[in-house]
Amino acid sequence: MVGRLAVPKTYKLYIGGKFPRSESGRTYEVLSKKGAFLANAALASRKDARDAVVAARAAFGGWSSATAYNRGQVLYRIAELLEGRRDQFVDELVSAEGLSRTAAVKQVDTAIDAWVWYAGWADKYVQVAGNGNAVSGPYFNLSTPEPTGVVAIVAPQSGGSLLGLVSVVAPAIVSGNTVVVVAQQSAPLSAISLSEVLATSDVPGGVVNILTGSPAEIAPWLAGHADVNALDLAGAGDLGWVDMQITAADTLKRVIAPEVGAPAPSLHRIVALTETKTVWHTKSLI
Amino acid sequence: MTPSAALAPAERALGLIGPDLTEKSLRLHLEGLSGIDAVGLEERAAALGTRSIKTTSKAWALDTIIRLVDLTTLEGADTDGKVRSLVAKAMNPDASDPTVPRVAAVCVYGDMVPTAVDALGSAHGDPDEGNISVAAVATAFPSGRASLAVKTLDTAEAVAAGADEIDMVIDRGAFLSGNYGLVFDQIVAVKEACRREDGSYAHLKVILETGELNTYDNVRRASWLAILAGGDFIKTSTGKVSPAATLPVTLLMLEVVRDWHRLTGERIGVKPAGGIRTSKDAIKYLVTVAETVGEEWLQPHLFRFGASSLLNDVLLQRQKLTTGRYSGPDYVTID
Repeated sequence: MVGRLAVPKTYKLYIGGKFPRSESGRTYEVLSKKGAFLANAALASRKDARDAVVAARAAFGGWSSATAYNRGQVLYRIAELLEGRRDQFVDELVSAEGLSRTAAVKQVDTAIDAWVWYAGWADKYVQVAGNGNAVSGPYFNLSTPEPTGVVAIVAPQSGGSLLGLVSVVAPAIVSGNTVVVVAQQSAPLSAISLSEVLATSDVPGGVVNILTGSPAEIAPWLAGHADVNALDLAGAGDLGWVDMQITAADTLKRVIAPEVGAPAPSLHRIVALTETKTVWHTKSLI
Repeated sequence: MTPSAALAPAERALGLIGPDLTEKSLRLHLEGLSGIDAVGLEERAAALGTRSIKTTSKAWALDTIIRLVDLTTLEGADTDGKVRSLVAKAMNPDASDPTVPRVAAVCVYGDMVPTAVDALGSAHGDPDEGNISVAAVATAFPSGRASLAVKTLDTAEAVAAGADEIDMVIDRGAFLSGNYGLVFDQIVAVKEACRREDGSYAHLKVILETGELNTYDNVRRASWLAILAGGDFIKTSTGKVSPAATLPVTLLMLEVVRDWHRLTGERIGVKPAGGIRTSKDAIKYLVTVAETVGEEWLQPHLFRFGASSLLNDVLLQRQKLTTGRYSGPDYVTID
């Protein structure tokens, strides 16, 4: 009897809640740690990045005006779905990154825990990062952090592909930003699987847009894009990131500098992608 | 109207159909037009839309699009202020780049014509000389459901107020019930209402509202009807009905215009309006015009885009070409 033919999965981009191929039609081979063929992934072009920014901008209004409580619930729900797909992520990490099963399980668990940790901040970071300012007059003076807009992210290129992606995407979207993220080039498969989780969750399409391909090719276009409000260069340490920072300054972007490996969970990453609004309220009629 | 009733003596119709211009002879002519191969038309339009226009050609195309735009605001909520800001944008589309050309015209409701003329000041004039025309929609736009007296008064008032171009709607109900003579006579009457005191005429654009005509055959008949009755331009849609302008319909109208030019040597304009929102779409129209009637049609007297949001997208593309970086909606006006 002839054995069953395996049905290989086509890994595509995730833009605006849909899974398009690259506009350029290009793909690249994703290999396992030992050099065996795993899959063809889409090699995103600058036009895919442009489309992703348009999708992210369109999604920003709805996502940023959702209540903090609602955003938190949506993010918790993603953690629940991640938990349900643990085995798939573990298998992917074992084959793509050559990890032992134990190490892969540990990375998936750490990623889910980081996601839950960030989800919890949704309705709390404003209280911690905001302030009631003392002023010499009959006014309330309140400073509150607000989402900055569209955030372009270069995901960490080492230190675990799933954990790295989660560690940069979660702190950006928790405050109401929308993101365009370039996944780890050598191991993009878990990023696309994460996008399948996002697509079946309650996150509106366009809030997270995932590109696979070469960060060196795409990131400079995102750094120069006038409709991107912030740039997280977490995984751009080897890319001449200073030039990108200079380009980003032309359009007054917030920039987070590169780190080695997956950034540890921190409130700083949430607040760095917000802008502070200060309002004065009269104290009359008290 | 009885079939033998004589129609208003429009010059073009008399020339083509003959001196016995009646409802019957007009119907015989329009219904004698050959049918449209719908599949072929749509395939041809789709094929014309696949051209890839890059770098210098794209830069030329973007500037040409801007020069051909009728910048439009046709909302019930229009105010004097909104029309003035529309005019400001028409004169200087991109505040960050003075090399951007001006648009061809601003298109407003009839009662806003004095505001537009006033706001344009010395820039009011012929687009060929770098000035901006004022186009007014008239004849009970967008439905066209009013008596002929109301329609001609609507038109005459706009012309008296300084409108250079009149966008009239045809009576689609009459057209669809086969009452071609009524539609014909109304166009002739409105054309006459476009006459200024000095004997010159405001340009008449005839809106066919192709989204309500249902078939390509009807679009071809309506195009011929509008041209025979004296229209200077044939325009696809009001923008209030979906579908508005589509590439196959515009291609079809351009073919009628081409046929009329071959027959008489006279050039009629075409204006697709509504639903053209991106530079990419607009460039497809430019290609279609150039391939159907020739590049000489790519000038404000013979081709226009009726659009409002298109201009912003063209400006974004233009900024991308000049700066080498993608631009964003923060760098153009909010309309």
